[in-house]
Amino acid sequence: MSDNQKSAPRTLPKYSNTFTPDVNAEIRRAAATGIYDIRGGGAKRKVPHFDDLVFLGASMSRYPLEGYRERCDTNVVLGSRYAKKPIELKIPITIAGMSFGALSAQAKEALGRGASMAGTSTTTGDGGMTPEERGQSKTLVYQYLPSRYGMNPDDLRKADAIEVVVGQGAKPGGGGMLLGQKISDRVAEMRTLPKGIDQRSACRHPDWTGPDDLEIKILELREITGWEKPIYVKVGAARPFFDTTLAVKAGADVVVIDGMQGGTAATQDVFIEHVGIPTLACIREAVAALQELGMHRKVQLIVSGGIRTGADVAKALALGADAVSIGTAAMVAIGDNDPKWEAEYNALGSTAGAYDDWHEGRDPAGISTQDPELSKRLDPVEAGRRLNNYLQVLTLEAQTLARACGKNHVHNLEPEDLQALTVEAAAMARVPLAGTSWIPGQGGM
Amino acid sequence: MQTYDLEADGLRGLNATLQAASGNETGWEVVNPRGSHAIAVGLDAPLDVTVKGSTGYYCAGMNQQATVRVAGNVGPGVAENMMSGTVIVEGDASQYAGATGHGGLLVIKGNASSRCGISMKGIDIVVGGNVGHMSAFMGQAGHLVVCGDAGDALGDSIYEAKLFVRGSVKSLGADCIEKEMRTEHVEKLTELLEKAGIDADPSEFKRYGSARKLYNFKVDNAY
Repeated sequence: MSDNQKSAPRTLPKYSNTFTPDVNAEIRRAAATGIYDIRGGGAKRKVPHFDDLVFLGASMSRYPLEGYRERCDTNVVLGSRYAKKPIELKIPITIAGMSFGALSAQAKEALGRGASMAGTSTTTGDGGMTPEERGQSKTLVYQYLPSRYGMNPDDLRKADAIEVVVGQGAKPGGGGMLLGQKISDRVAEMRTLPKGIDQRSACRHPDWTGPDDLEIKILELREITGWEKPIYVKVGAARPFFDTTLAVKAGADVVVIDGMQGGTAATQDVFIEHVGIPTLACIREAVAALQELGMHRKVQLIVSGGIRTGADVAKALALGADAVSIGTAAMVAIGDNDPKWEAEYNALGSTAGAYDDWHEGRDPAGISTQDPELSKRLDPVEAGRRLNNYLQVLTLEAQTLARACGKNHVHNLEPEDLQALTVEAAAMARVPLAGTSWIPGQGGM
Repeated sequence: MQTYDLEADGLRGLNATLQAASGNETGWEVVNPRGSHAIAVGLDAPLDVTVKGSTGYYCAGMNQQATVRVAGNVGPGVAENMMSGTVIVEGDASQYAGATGHGGLLVIKGNASSRCGISMKGIDIVVGGNVGHMSAFMGQAGHLVVCGDAGDALGDSIYEAKLFVRGSVKSLGADCIEKEMRTEHVEKLTELLEKAGIDADPSEFKRYGSARKLYNFKVDNAY
């Protein structure tokens, strides 16, 4: 090599936008292990979300309400279609289904405490209802899942509402997993399974296969519980218009739609990131189905998947939801991924904010674990107080935005209060691109 | 014995009556079922209910304590998620008979269709005739006795349920294998046949259960 060649400017190393360091690391991991990656949480990829919407607030044509002085109500009634005893919540923010097994007993208790203080409901998960959970949850929704682990009619009667889970946003079409590390004696007994096995949950219900059958299943559940309890039907966001239509046809009191950002305790990463659609993309479709059936506000719509702030709450309601549900955010509120455990996250090969190996049962925060020593780290009373604080903030934020738009109830927010910052969000939320009257697919300028 | 006319008085009234029944009102006869769904569901008392005719879906669903007899055929999901008690079907059963049942005894004197005993969690099921494909799929606990033949993929992905089949098995599902019939199994099978009132020689049965090879993902998964 000549001196001229040595001193010539060199082309900088250039990373591929296709084969990124993350992608290459996953290829190497797959090549070394021969098995797909399993993790917890929801989709981590960037997708159009509520951040891509803004409220317009009041202006010449409408006046705002005075903050802190003029009333802005937040209550919501769920299950008014058929149930003799619909549930009334103080706030339109519920706690999503998370199982004892996936979460520690302390974490479940904390969720119940926090939700009850805030005047809202919490939800069981795969594996059944624990006495701690029932005891601490003023309003408890009992999930009726494909696995039917721990399912029994006594608990069904103790519940305040029943949620028939068809799917969830992290994995529409997939069943659950609970790896052996988390199948403790108590979890094994509740699920009638051998201790320590890698437990698979069925991906579809064992005794019905479609909406016609579901209608009969809902009839059975109502007959067993005296037509008292609201029946929710939860689906992963995939075909929200048709799924909502069919759920209503099957007799649901409440439809729950969970977007792809909604979390799971454990599923293949490829499933989480590549199946389902974003939360933002499903609300207007579901609302359109309800409106077409004349059922909007008669059958309530709960939306979940990536709800983090009062702004997210307010935007979901403005698009037509009656309530939202939170899972991951509630876990963070009670202590999940707290930087105070950074050294231990590092020891597990992760870092605070990115820890998602919830299936391994070694959660330093004592939340996604069945390890007695780790679980003890979570004080359910203190964690419940934190969850209540967080729910209060979400509510205050949503009220702040509603008042700014001149609404005396958060349910009075409407799509006309919103504009979008991106074309994608404008198309999905069916609101105009900011500064225009253009809604993609619907005309305007 | 009290009689309830389902056609005349309706389903809600029937289930509300049976769910509230106590004391001496233990014997009930349900007439004119006409294939209705969700007959005698959610019972939780030692009643003796006879349904005079065929039923639709989920007859005797989630039963506790009660004895429910069906003098006819049953639709899908008979005795689904039963906890205790006894359900006896004089005729044939459609799909998912005894699905996810936790306890009690389900007797089907005729044949049962596919997925009989799916996800069973402790229930005992005795079928006088044949069962369809995927029976005892993901069976966790309890016993399935088949006095006739079993269809494809018997016991697919089975956990700890025990299966006894007298006739042929078209095929075994994933992780289901034939197992040794030891003395305790013959005794249990004899007991179940007697309880079911079915005359069959236990020595003619073979036992099937889990190979337990699917219980854990590969060790390479532990990263």
